[in-house]
Formats: sequence, structure tokens, C-alpha cells
Amino acid sequence: MSMNQTMAASLVTPAGKSSYAGGEAAIKTVDLTVDYGEKRALKGTSLEFGLGSVTALIGPSGCGKSTFLRCLNLMNREIPNCRIGGEIYYHGTEINQHKIDTFSLRTHVGMVFQQPNPFHKSIYENIAFAPRKHGITKKADLDALVEKSLRQAAIWDEVKDKIYGSAYALSGGQQQRLCIARTLAMNPDVILMDEPCSALDPIATFAIEETIRDLAQQGMCIIIVTHNMEQAMRVSDRTAFFLLGDMIETGETAELFSHPKDQRLDDYLTGRFG
Amino acid sequence: MASEETKATTFTATKSTKTAKTQDKIATGILTAIVALILIALVAIIAYIVVSGACKLFDIHFLTAKPEQFKAGGGIGPELFNSFYLLILTLLISLPISLGGAIFLTQYAPVGPVTSIAKTAIETLSSLPSIVVGLFGMLIFVLQLGWGFSILSGALALTMFNVPILVRVIEQALETVPRDQRDAALALGLTRWEATTQVLIPAAMPAIVTGVILSAGRVFGEAAALIYTAGQSAPALNWTAPITSQANPLNVFRPAETLAVHIWKINSEGVVPDLSAVSAGTAAVLMVCILAFNIIARIVGKHMGKKMTAE
Repeated sequence: MSMNQTMAASLVTPAGKSSYAGGEAAIKTVDLTVDYGEKRALKGTSLEFGLGSVTALIGPSGCGKSTFLRCLNLMNREIPNCRIGGEIYYHGTEINQHKIDTFSLRTHVGMVFQQPNPFHKSIYENIAFAPRKHGITKKADLDALVEKSLRQAAIWDEVKDKIYGSAYALSGGQQQRLCIARTLAMNPDVILMDEPCSALDPIATFAIEETIRDLAQQGMCIIIVTHNMEQAMRVSDRTAFFLLGDMIETGETAELFSHPKDQRLDDYLTGRFG
Repeated sequence: MASEETKATTFTATKSTKTAKTQDKIATGILTAIVALILIALVAIIAYIVVSGACKLFDIHFLTAKPEQFKAGGGIGPELFNSFYLLILTLLISLPISLGGAIFLTQYAPVGPVTSIAKTAIETLSSLPSIVVGLFGMLIFVLQLGWGFSILSGALALTMFNVPILVRVIEQALETVPRDQRDAALALGLTRWEATTQVLIPAAMPAIVTGVILSAGRVFGEAAALIYTAGQSAPALNWTAPITSQANPLNVFRPAETLAVHIWKINSEGVVPDLSAVSAGTAAVLMVCILAFNIIARIVGKHMGKKMTAE
């Protein structure tokens, strides 16, 4: 945790102004809202995400779960006319303010996208590229980092003979695991996943889910948006249900699925809509 | 049940499906005819130009000698050099400007009235008649700034003509790179500039290179913008002349007639006896160069595309 404290402190650009308060949540939101122009896409949402756990965000399309996810590494800042309100804490540091260096934040809070999106570069470069930009320049260090990241994403054995070949020669599932490895190379402790398996077949999906569980076991905080209820049950410890821009219910996954408290969640789970 | 029965019987053609089929056949026929007509016209033009200039095309003397004013046997050596020199200078000036403009418009420009005015202005400029660009260039560079008919005036006029085209080409190339490439780079903590230069531009490179080479073809064949800026005379070139001399090939303040301007000039006021042969030969050389640009653009684009995705 002490390492995380220093990481969190380094996020605030004017040094020494960290408001680190301690506590076990890696990410915490308080009354987080998102507006696209006049339209409110996310109503006040307060959630906590702990290290070493997987949280699934579920709900029908357009319910605000991806919008919520994209706030946590401030990716929504890249969208014109998008306003993020409320507070987001990364290890106690409020990050929803303009003095926060988003570029350094995103090395701590990684993101994996819906479509596998490796760069048009070699497998090696896909991973080494960003760390090099962040100051790791020694070839030996990069080599080690590439291998470690690929191993962590459980894809090393499949690609070790062709890491200088194009990333686009890989299958969809391998590409997605490469994207996970690429994110891991930044050594984040939070990884946001936006429906990472929706473009993959069941076998590739299974491999990714294994990887997700492994990463949580290693102490990372994983937040995954998914359409797939079975996936949420298989992979997550906690679940949050979103509907129409509103976070309706959250709790332990097993509990939430077996005893939904809210009628709307019950309807959703039994397939009455969505 | 009733609808299922009718469905089962529709394998035999009804009156309406027959009409639709006939329409389809007629439309296909007309479209094929239009394409054939255009192709025949294009091939005929190219073939005519190349064939009528064929004997000059491989004539080393014609390609290297200086043009003659009054007697037969002149060449197009200086014009050939001038054309390439102007092209290179133009690209050197217009490429960085266009790249910067396109990057700004696609990555940085806020959505708003100013951006859309800028985009409209660029579109308008890209369809501006080149003679207008030429006359504007004459007023500003040749007269106002006092550079006279010179390579520099010509290159700047060509830049004005080329920048809007290049900006649009590069803009389109950047826009075809999927948005998730940029998102991926940003999510790894790269800045927008790093994302653009390290991820977007490499991914768009095949399309950019193709676009640049194709625009080079247009610049290479441009006449109207150059007549009143780079001038209509081609001093004989001498590599040993001092840089300030009009004979030094690299002197940007000397007048420089290009191939396209040469064709226009000898046809409008030429008095050499072999006028039509020189004109046809020059046209053939110009044509072959532009064809070469197009073929190179295709090969390079394909090659780079392959290199980017499956090296």
C-alpha cells in the first residue's frame, strides 16, 4: 500500500498537495454524474472498488455503465461537451479536478476496450511502445517487461516465437489478451474493461475470464462492463446494476443474482426486458 | 397460414418480379456502356499522346538538350529539371503545413463555428481555378514582394494550390484510422501529440503517401498557376555557375518554365519548325511522368499497407 500512496501522491501535479486519506478502496466515486451537453447520461453514482476483487457492471444498452467506467480513468474528458460531476477518488486522491495529470493517472488505471485494438505494430512494440514513452528505455528492461506482461496475460506461450511479427496476425482472442498485456505493462493496479469479450468466441472468452481472475488474485482491482449475465456470475465478486443512467443496486454477485432486492433488477435478470 | 401458402408459390416469376428483372438488366447495360465510353476516351487520349510523342520519348538528346528558339532540334532538358525541382520545393513547403493543418483539424480543433468555417474554406480553396491562384501569386510574390518570375514565386503559388488538396487527403487518411487506436494510446497515458505522431500517423501512412504522390501528379502537370509566377522562360542550366546566376539550376530566384508551361507556350507562340513534334514529345514525357507517379503511388501504398499489418 505504501507504493500506492506514493503513486497516488504523484498524480497531483503541484507536488505535495495530495489529499490522501487512506482506506482500502482503490477507486471510489461519490455522487458521480456525467452530462453530454444538456443530457444527463449518469445520475449521481457512489461506488467503491477494492483491490484484489472483480466488479461487474451490468445493465441493458445505454444504461450508463460504460459511461461510468470511462470516468474512472477520465477518458470521458476526451469527448467534447462531456462534463463529469461529483468526486472520484483513486487511493484517496480526488482525481476529478483539472490539476490532475490524466496521462500519469492512466498509467495507474488501465483500460481494455470492447474491440481488440492492438496498434499496427509488432507484438513486441505493442507492449514496449508506451513504457518507452514513460521512460523505460533500456532494451533489457523492455525485453523483461514484454515477457512479464505477456506471461501475466497468459499469452506468452502462444506468441513467444513471433513477438516481432504483426499483432494483426493473431486471432481476436489473442489480440485482446495482447491488449490486456499492453495495459499490464504500465503496472496499473486498477484495470477497466469495457465488454472485453463481446467480440470473442466462447473459448477465447473463457481464456480472458481466467486471466481476469488471475489478475484479481494478484491483487488488482478489476472493473468489467458486461452484457453477459453468466460472465458476471463467473468472473465477478461484486456486481452493480445500472438502468437508464441510474445505479439501481449493488452487492455481492452471488447475493445480488439470487436475491435481487429491486424489482427492476429482478425483471432484468428474469429476462423481462433488456 | 394464407401468407405461408403464397410464399411457397413465389418461386415462379410473377409479373412484378419480371419487370424488376428487366429494369435490373437495362440499368446494368447502361452503366456498363457509360463506363466503357469513359474508359475508351481515357485510353484513347493517353495512347494518342504517348504514341505521337513516342519517338521523342527515348531520345536522350531531346530529354537533355536546351530548347531552341528558332531552329529545329531543341530539347526540354531545363523544363524537365524545372518541373521536378518545382515539385520537390512545393512538397517541401506544403507537406509540413498540410500535415499540421490536418492534424489540427482532426485531433485538436474544437467542434464549433470556427472549425467548420476553416473546413469550408479549405474545400473552397481546393476547387479554386488554378489560373486564379496563378494571378494572385503574380500580384503578391512576383510584383508586391518583387521576386519576379521565379522558382520561389512558382513554388509558393503551387503550395497555395496544393495545401488544400493535401490537407483534405491527410484529414481523410487520419479519419479512416479507427477511433479505438487513439483511445488505446490515450488510455496508456500517452498525450494526444504522442498518440497522433506515434499511432495515428503510422497507421494512416499508406493512405497519406498515396495521397501525396497523387497530388504530386497534379502539381507536376500544373500550367496555369505557373505561367505568371515561375515564368515562361527556361535559362540554360549550368551546374558550375554561381548560385546567384540565372544559369544555376538551384537558384530559386531564376525564372523556370516547366513541361506543362512549355507545351502551352510553344503551342501559343512557338515559331520552331518542329513545333508539333516538340509539343507532342513534351506532352508524352509529362504523361509518362504522371503515369509513373500514379503507379508508384499504388505500389508504395500497397507495400506500406502490407508492412504495417503483416510484416
